[in-house]
Amino acid sequence: MQDIMFYMFAALTIASAGVMVFSRSVIYSAVGLLFTFFGVAGIYVLLAADFVAVAQVMIYVGGILVLLLFGVMLSQRVTGVNMRTETLQTVPAAIVAVGVLFILFRVISKTEWLVKAKTTFEPTTAKLGTLLMTDYLIPFEIVSVLLLGALIGAAFIARKG
Amino acid sequence: MPVLSANHAVINALSILPTFSETLTNVLFMVLGAVIITGLAALLALVSVYLERKVSAHMQDRLGPMEVNTEIPILKNIGHGWAQTLADAFKLLLKEDIVPAAADKKLHLLAPFIVFAATLAAFAVLPFGRNLIPSDLNVGVFYLIAISSFVVVGIILAGWASNNKWSLLGAMRSAAQIVSFEIPASVSVLVVIMAVGSLNLGEIVEFQEGGIHRWLIWRFFPFNLLAFFIFFVASLAELNRAPFDLPEAESEIIAGFHTEYSGMKFAMFFLAEYANMFLVGVIISTLFLGGWSSPFGSFLNSAPFQVFWVFVKSFAIIFVHMWLRWTLPRVRVDQLMYTSWKVLTPFAFVSMLGVGLWMILIQ
Amino acid sequence: MSVGLNHYLFLAAVLFVLGLYAVITKKNAVTVLMGIELILNAANINFVAFSRYTDTDMDGQVFAIFVIVTAAAAAAVALAIVLNLYERLKSINLDEADSLSG
Repeated sequence: MQDIMFYMFAALTIASAGVMVFSRSVIYSAVGLLFTFFGVAGIYVLLAADFVAVAQVMIYVGGILVLLLFGVMLSQRVTGVNMRTETLQTVPAAIVAVGVLFILFRVISKTEWLVKAKTTFEPTTAKLGTLLMTDYLIPFEIVSVLLLGALIGAAFIARKG
Repeated sequence: MPVLSANHAVINALSILPTFSETLTNVLFMVLGAVIITGLAALLALVSVYLERKVSAHMQDRLGPMEVNTEIPILKNIGHGWAQTLADAFKLLLKEDIVPAAADKKLHLLAPFIVFAATLAAFAVLPFGRNLIPSDLNVGVFYLIAISSFVVVGIILAGWASNNKWSLLGAMRSAAQIVSFEIPASVSVLVVIMAVGSLNLGEIVEFQEGGIHRWLIWRFFPFNLLAFFIFFVASLAELNRAPFDLPEAESEIIAGFHTEYSGMKFAMFFLAEYANMFLVGVIISTLFLGGWSSPFGSFLNSAPFQVFWVFVKSFAIIFVHMWLRWTLPRVRVDQLMYTSWKVLTPFAFVSMLGVGLWMILIQ
Repeated sequence: MSVGLNHYLFLAAVLFVLGLYAVITKKNAVTVLMGIELILNAANINFVAFSRYTDTDMDGQVFAIFVIVTAAAAAAVALAIVLNLYERLKSINLDEADSLSG
């Protein structure tokens, strides 16, 4: 059952990422990205990371994707359905991409991973909260300052003039 | 040797069989659950649509639908145009589906499905009773907030794919409004989560069992009451309902993001809107009003009554939503943003700080 | 063969490469940003998969959350820059933004 679910979500993720990358319309890319985020959230659920999965949907779909869509609509003359993006350097990019993919696949399959699979599905929220407030307290605080800085900076940069 | 390996193959095949049938039953159960939830959501949306018409009629001294009826003997005597919603539904289903020539056909089709599917997905975690939670997630509340963000994307796509300036304006307004009001709404949900110490909707209700005085709305007085009020106002705005119905302000932008939709696709937006209303009703009653638990402690708290209480509380909330819609005028865009950023958000943080300090100092 | 760590790593690798391809080829700044989000998602899948399939407890998931949060901050700042760029150049093609002076 889980295997079938994995292949379904993996297929969804890769297919929609493909739409995102190879579509010539910016809006179609955004729709592809929507389903990619959803597929990745499904993968997280299969990895027993329920909190991360929901955070993924909330922040990527509810935050970043909406921001991207707003960015698309505010930064182009919305005169017609055509919202094309041009591509360049496709051949070198394809060579680099295939090369990197080949190296990654080879590394993954050659390496002897120290696999110690957990099979239970436990609630993760409380553990995550404890970790964030103990072992990862300083990164947590730094991230909150970073977010504040980004918020103010973004508002400042986006101002007219 | 070949015989042995053949045997192995048979044994392997046999060992797969039980897991396969298990998978099949699992899938069947999932499909069944999905069908039930879809039916329930559609039914509740229809009931809400009918209620909207009748409540608005009473509020404004109109007649409301009075004519639509059947010839079936017993049903005929109910009167009051009870079949109006069914007639509406059939009309919408049978109508021609018009797609503007300049629209983006694929996205125009996809958008209502995204909105409808997101609404249905949210129904999957609603607690209708102690043993009646379709999917009892550990991160239930968080899931509800997250899944509703799909609606925003669906609305933007609908507005954009229609290739109509009113649609696009309505969609942008709607998205900006939903995103802005998500902040006070989420912070006031955080207040509840802090008080209960769990994201699980079932545990949130169990925390409030034992009578009306244990409901979260009265805890940490007045901070939770404030959070309840903030969440209520924010939910009105997130549903795009009056007085915050700017995205569909007829006098300015025709019908907002669904201007170019008709027939079945319009019906999906329509159903999603009213199903969302019920959804918000259940969420508010779960978070603040004790969910399925009876207001009289253990009295009338058996399983069938739990469903009854959920429905009573939710429809009470829906009634107040309708009441506000038919009495208040629409606000302006600047007033809308003022409400969200300068009133609700600061007070939501006041409420959260208040509850936090209370929990540290007193408990 | 049942799904194990390698399957997740392969999936992440494919996603990473797709993101890389988008970043290299696209002219539009917003689509380049989408490619970056794909790359971050690929990294996140690896984090969570290692957290599931190795002895570490939950650290991978904590890292994934940090990545998600910083991605949100990055997207906000990047889009502000894109809007500013559009304001100045009336275009968000990255190869037209080649001037250092305001």
